Amino acid sequence: MEKTLKRWFPVFVLPTGIAFLIAFLIPFIMGIYLSFCEFRTVTDAQFVGFVNYVRAFTENSDFVNALWFTVKFTVVSVISINIIAFALALALTRGLKGTNLFRTVFFMPNLIGGIVLGYIWQVIINGVLYNFGYSITSDATYGLLGLIVLMNWQMIGYMMIIYIAGIQNIPHDILEAAKVDGAGKIRMLFNIIIPSVMPSITICLFLTITNCFKLFDQNLALTAGAPAKQTQMAALDIYNTFYGRIGFEGVGQAKAVVFFLIVAAIALLQLYFTGKREVEG
Amino acid sequence: MIKENKGSALGTVILGIIAVVFLFPVFIVLINSFKTRFAISQSPFTLPDSLTFVGIENYIKGVRDTGFLSAFFWSLFITVFSVGVIVVFTSMTAWYITRVKNLLSRTLYLLFIFSMIVPFQMVMFTMSKIANSLSLDNPIGLILIYLGFGAGLSVFMFSGFVKSVPLGIEEAATIDGCNPFETFWYVVFPILKPTSITVAILNTMWIWNDYLLPYLVIGNEYKTIPIAVQYLKGGYGSIDMGAMMAMLVLAILPVVIFYLACQKYIIKGVAAGAVKG
Repeated sequence: MEKTLKRWFPVFVLPTGIAFLIAFLIPFIMGIYLSFCEFRTVTDAQFVGFVNYVRAFTENSDFVNALWFTVKFTVVSVISINIIAFALALALTRGLKGTNLFRTVFFMPNLIGGIVLGYIWQVIINGVLYNFGYSITSDATYGLLGLIVLMNWQMIGYMMIIYIAGIQNIPHDILEAAKVDGAGKIRMLFNIIIPSVMPSITICLFLTITNCFKLFDQNLALTAGAPAKQTQMAALDIYNTFYGRIGFEGVGQAKAVVFFLIVAAIALLQLYFTGKREVEG
Repeated sequence: MIKENKGSALGTVILGIIAVVFLFPVFIVLINSFKTRFAISQSPFTLPDSLTFVGIENYIKGVRDTGFLSAFFWSLFITVFSVGVIVVFTSMTAWYITRVKNLLSRTLYLLFIFSMIVPFQMVMFTMSKIANSLSLDNPIGLILIYLGFGAGLSVFMFSGFVKSVPLGIEEAATIDGCNPFETFWYVVFPILKPTSITVAILNTMWIWNDYLLPYLVIGNEYKTIPIAVQYLKGGYGSIDMGAMMAMLVLAILPVVIFYLACQKYIIKGVAAGAVKG
């Protein structure tokens, strides 16, 4: 059968393959090459070596600031999202009344798009700050906190669903045995439940880290980087470098490559940790 | 027994309070969509009263200013056809590269997985220029671009499932005289249905809400809903908050209806997608 199937390559693979080539593979390779070039459009590229990479970090401190802001936002959000999501998952696996309804409500924000989420929270945060004579763009701290609250609202339900699936997969007899042996609630949590859901924790950590790190729409809608680019995350900074001023396309592409390398490193780390535990288990 | 009941009642009450907190932002947007723009920025947390109530004025203005109806149409058109095309073509590709074992298949598989970790910013400039020069900067061309971009995750998920489909069934179909195309559509594709639903849901959530990709590729001529909402911001950062609130309600409404209708599949699909991704 494999031999016959081989001849059907054009039907089975070509449509996806061509689309993949046009939308991803060629742009990716061109992107790497152009990061070493000076260009306005993609056809007038002049090779300049590492100049763009140097400019990305030395022309101004925008990129470094954006990366630092992104890291701060990511660390706080990842911790709070995962703790709250895990707590809710524990509460929703105890057979309480209304569990299905709560699950529906908690997951709902995840389906709303980033641009819409940004404006929803802009109104609410500005409404609170108005009483004190401020707005979300008066101080970078408000923007940071706003982004963290927004991200929590959006992602808690999603992570909760994954944790619920993990908790429900714990074999019942293990929990029963621990109870018979007189393990208290805290010991059950740390010695049995958490070790059993480690795969879910790895997935959730990875999903929250990459989603927070790559955040763009929410950032654009909530503060658009204001005040004075202080709440600008890496993705938004790259966008503004490309499209903000003429003459910085190469710098934008170099920043994009650096950004890609960081995201890829996070992904490889995740792969390494997942693989390591699978061997151990 | 009584103690247990008390504990669970308290749990339900606490979860109930958290649920109210979760619904609060959407509720605020809804009540503000009926208020004057002045009242929205000054007192967003009060219900509209006789002074601040403006009826559906915000909705009329928002729909007119943003061209919401055409944005809704384009969002629906692009999402439905992109998701359909992705499910059809990536499932075929996944079956082929899982069943035909050669260097090309392995290379393609690795490239698809690799594409999943590349952030959009890496390719946004070059991709939109290429789309432009190949005249793909229209809703039909955008479908092809979504196929290319969605291929990574979708092929990966289908491949994972294809591995568990027993070869015997496919061989039986071949002996009965099916060519590979027929074998796939009559035998394999029906078995892939659960994965097809997961892939469709994950891609729908992504494409319906996607802002930057459609903005860069077709944003000059066509608006999708996220582009229409962002368009309200205008050039100098001034926003008509009334119209904005109304547009947010109209943007959320289809999502909520879709969610309530397909909730079971969505939650299952998201959990399945996460475990594999």
